[in-house]
Amino acid sequence: MSGQSQRLNVVPTVTMLGVVKARLVGATRGHALLKKKSDALTVQFRQILKKIVSTKESMGDIMKTSSFALTEAKYVAGDNIKHVVLENVKEASLRVRSRTENVAGVKLPKFDYTNDGEAAKNDLTGLARGGQQVQQCRGAYIKAIEVLVELASLQTSFLTLDDAIKTTNRRVNALENVVKPRLENTISYIKGELDELEREDFFRLKKIQGYKRREIERKMILAREQQLVEKLQLQKGVSFDASHNLLSGTGDKDEDIIF
Amino acid sequence: MANRVPIPTSNSSLIAMIADEDTIVGFLLAGVGNVDIRRKTNYLIVDSKTTVKQIEDAFKEFTTREDIAIVLISQFVANMIRFLVDSYNKPVPAILEIPSKDHPYDPAHDSVLSRVKYLFSAESVASDRR
Repeated sequence: MSGQSQRLNVVPTVTMLGVVKARLVGATRGHALLKKKSDALTVQFRQILKKIVSTKESMGDIMKTSSFALTEAKYVAGDNIKHVVLENVKEASLRVRSRTENVAGVKLPKFDYTNDGEAAKNDLTGLARGGQQVQQCRGAYIKAIEVLVELASLQTSFLTLDDAIKTTNRRVNALENVVKPRLENTISYIKGELDELEREDFFRLKKIQGYKRREIERKMILAREQQLVEKLQLQKGVSFDASHNLLSGTGDKDEDIIF
Repeated sequence: MANRVPIPTSNSSLIAMIADEDTIVGFLLAGVGNVDIRRKTNYLIVDSKTTVKQIEDAFKEFTTREDIAIVLISQFVANMIRFLVDSYNKPVPAILEIPSKDHPYDPAHDSVLSRVKYLFSAESVASDRR
């Protein structure tokens, strides 16, 4: 694997070892936390999935009911009711309020519908005939909106959560497979280098020690030999120096002696 | 998370619609419709004379408007601009495909539901295996 051989480009010192170790601790903690977050998000995600499927299926029924209510209203109040409705559009009374919900640090949008305008403007629609059916139809469509708004908030949560889970998992995997091995490799590298330095030092010290000892021994031997020679010459009655002088003095010209 | 779209928390947003006439009339009756000062509506009635270009423009406009939180789109209309609906991936406004009277609802075409089903079956299979 490419992540195995990688390590950070650092100077192998004890300080750096401490820094990298601290980073490894941080990475481990972050990994554990992110894993928890991912689990929490996944739980929420599955709940939303189940809800979406059931709501989508119920939406079909509700839309069918409301379409049927509209057909009833059209049948009773005449087909031209749609022109009345289309002409009377002014300001939306049914609006959507959005707020955010926080799940493990991920902001999920939630929609609530509000009906503020109170069915005032279409009140007279179908006054001549079919007013009740029109009101029923309105009720059916408001109910449909209720379901659709819920579905919309589920769906946006689904998309947002999907995205969040993907990024979280990517981070978890990155920490686990890239950052942590790299830090571990760095730590083992620094430790190896430090060990090697120590060994080198030790070896050098040993070597110097050995060298010094050998030097001393050599001097000792020399000194002993010299002592031996001197002792020999003393026994013969001639000092080493004297004999030397004697020998070296032979080359000089003797002073003339005048009787 | 730089690509995360901030979720606006406005007090009240609109529901936009792209659908056939009957569906629009029903929702207008419920009080969803809105016409602003410049006579711009938050809905588009799709009939036999509506071109795909018009639908595309309306879809693009509704998905970029600030005050719209949900876009309802009839499934047969969504099928006409399927590539646009599928490539849309922002959380707000939410795109909802709804069934219409003349066209029965087919869950297989719904872009979100197909993803949901896919994940759902994959996850249930995974949980069975465990």
